[in-house]
Amino acid sequence: MTAALPPATPPPTGEPDEYARARETLGVPSHLEAIELTQIDDDTMELNMGPMHPSTHGVLRLVVNLDGEVVREMRPDIGFLHTGFERSFESHTYQQCIPFTDRMDYLAPPINNLGFSLAVEKLLGIEVPLRGQYIRVIMAELARIGSHLIWFGTHALDLGATTPFLYAWREREKILDINELVSGVRMMTSFIRVGGLMADVPDEFSPMVEDVIHTYPGFIDDYELLITKNPIWLERTRGTGVISVEDALSYGVSGPTLRGSGVPYDLRKAQPYSSYDHFEFDVPIGSHGDVYDRYLVRMQEMRESVRIIKQAFENLPDGPVNTLDRKVALPPRNEINTSMESLIHHFKLVTEGFRTPRGHVYAAVESPRGELGFYLVSDGSNRPYRCKVRAPSFSNLCALPYMCRGELIADVVAVIGSIDIVLGDVDR
Amino acid sequence: MFKEIAKGMAFTLKQMLSKPITLQWPEEQKPSPPRHRGRHILHRYDNGLEKCIGCELCAAACPVGCIYVGSAENDPAHPVSPGERYAERYEINLMRCIYCGYCAEACPTEAITLGPRYELADYRRERLVATKEDLLEAWPGFEKSLADNPRGAGADQREQAGRAPGVSPRVAWEDREGAVGQAGRGSPAAGQEGLAPHVPTVATPPKRNPG
Repeated sequence: MTAALPPATPPPTGEPDEYARARETLGVPSHLEAIELTQIDDDTMELNMGPMHPSTHGVLRLVVNLDGEVVREMRPDIGFLHTGFERSFESHTYQQCIPFTDRMDYLAPPINNLGFSLAVEKLLGIEVPLRGQYIRVIMAELARIGSHLIWFGTHALDLGATTPFLYAWREREKILDINELVSGVRMMTSFIRVGGLMADVPDEFSPMVEDVIHTYPGFIDDYELLITKNPIWLERTRGTGVISVEDALSYGVSGPTLRGSGVPYDLRKAQPYSSYDHFEFDVPIGSHGDVYDRYLVRMQEMRESVRIIKQAFENLPDGPVNTLDRKVALPPRNEINTSMESLIHHFKLVTEGFRTPRGHVYAAVESPRGELGFYLVSDGSNRPYRCKVRAPSFSNLCALPYMCRGELIADVVAVIGSIDIVLGDVDR
Repeated sequence: MFKEIAKGMAFTLKQMLSKPITLQWPEEQKPSPPRHRGRHILHRYDNGLEKCIGCELCAAACPVGCIYVGSAENDPAHPVSPGERYAERYEINLMRCIYCGYCAEACPTEAITLGPRYELADYRRERLVATKEDLLEAWPGFEKSLADNPRGAGADQREQAGRAPGVSPRVAWEDREGAVGQAGRGSPAAGQEGLAPHVPTVATPPKRNPG
C-alpha cells in the first residue's frame, strides 16, 4: 500500500472488477488482499471468525472459506495485539528489557524472562550460580504448569466442558500466589533478571512449593478423570486437526504441538540450559498428531513439570543467586552504605547498565508453547542493536490453516485450542 | 457412557462438600506479601527527614519513564533531607507505571518502595499522577516538630497532617491555572518547557478540594 498511485487513475467506483483493477494499478501484492472479503462465484462462503470471538483465545481473526460446513481454506489475520516490543528493546538497557518480555507471552512470564536473560548472559559470557539456576528452573516449571492449566481450562471450555475451567483456574491461583510471594506481583513478575534473579526467595517459598509438589499430581488425576476418557471429548478431538511429522517440521512447529505428532524434541533435553540436565524427566510424545494427542502430551507434561520441581526443590543448593560479576549484577544492599566502589557500581549499573561485547547470539528456551528464541545483535553498547524473538505461537499459528483444511467449522475451535497460542506472543 | 457421567457427577458432588475458596472482595481483603509491588511510598527517617535525596536514579532506572524528580538544594538551616539535595517535586504517572519495582531497587537510600496498595482506580486521569504529597508517608511527629520549629523538618507537609497515609489522590498541579489557560492545550505553558515529556498537561485544572 504505497503512495505510488498514478494521478490519472480514477477512484474505484465500487464494482468488484474496479477494485481488482485498482489493486493492479497500485501494485498491491496478492497476499495483502488475502484478508479482505472477496466476491466468490462458486458455492463456498467466506466467514469471518474473530477478532472478537471467545474461542480464538485473544484477538485473532480467521477468514474461513467454507464449503457447507467444511473448511476449504483459512487465512489467519494477526497483528491486533502488535506492541512493538522488539523495537522497544532497542531503546532500553538490557536489564530494562526484562519487564517487556513479561508481557509477550503473558501466561508464562518467567520463561520469557529466562530466555532473554540467557541470551544476554551468553553474550556476556557469564554464568549464574547453581542456586540461581535451580530457582529459575522451579519458577519456569511453575509457570509452565500455570500456562498449561489455563490451556486446559479454556480448551475444555471451548469444547463444551464448562466444569474443569473453574478447577484449573482455582489451582493456578496457588502458582500466582507463589509468584506474588517471590516477586511481589502475580503475573508480570520480572523475577528472572540478567545475571540471576530479582532476589533470593523468602522463607515462605518452601511450604508453598511443597504444597504444589504434593497436591498437583492429584489435581491432574482429577482433570483426567473428568476429561480424558469422556466419550464426547474423544469424539470431538480424536482424528481432528492432524498434522504429520514431516509437515510439522517443515512448518517449524515446536513444543507440545510437535511432540503430539511424535517428535521427541524438547529443548530442555536437546540443548539443556539452566541445569535442566541435572534433572530426570521424560518427554511425552503422541503418535497421531491430532488434537487428542496434543491434549495428552500437555497433561503428561504437567506431571513431568511437577517431577522437575520436586527434584530442583529437594536439591536446592545454598549460595548466591546472582552472578558475582559486579559489572552486571547490582551490589548487595548493605554494601552500598559501606563501600564507595559498590556505590559507584550501583549508580553506573542503574543509569547506564552494562555494555556487552559486539556480536550476535541466539538463545532458546522451551516455553509451554514451544521453542522461544531470542536473537540479539549487539553493537557493543548498553542496549541491544536488534532483537528478534522467535515466538512459538507464531510458528504454530502458521500451521493452523493446514491443520484445519477439510475439518468442520466447529472443529476449528478445537484445533485453535490445541495449538495453545497466546496472541501477545504471536504479535509481540 | 453412563459410567462416565456417574464418575463426573461423583467428582462434582465431592467438590460441593469442600469449602469454597472464593474471597469476598472488597469486603474481605487478601493480605499482601512483604514484597508486594503496589503503589509507591516515599519514606522518612525517624526524625521526620525525607529519605529521598533527589538523585533521580529511580527516574533513570524506570523502563517506561513515568517518574519525574525535580531536585533542589537543601537549606542548611531547615533541611528537608539529610545531605545536600532533596526532591522538591516528585511525581509518578500511575497510569504509565508498570509496577516493575526497578525504582525501589535503584534507590540508594531506600526512600521509595512499592507498597501494599493496589486499588488505584479513579475518575480523573490527572489525579492518577501521584505527587510527592500523595506518596510521602505520614509522620507521627509532625505536630511536635512544628511546635519546636515552624520551618523545620516536615514543615512542607502541612497538608499532610490529619490525613491517613496514602488515601487521597492528588488534586491538581501547582500554579498551573493562569499559565496553561493562555497557552492552550498541547503546547507547553510558559515556564513549563523543562517538564519531562510524559507528564501530562492539565488544560483546565479542577478546583482544589472539590466538594
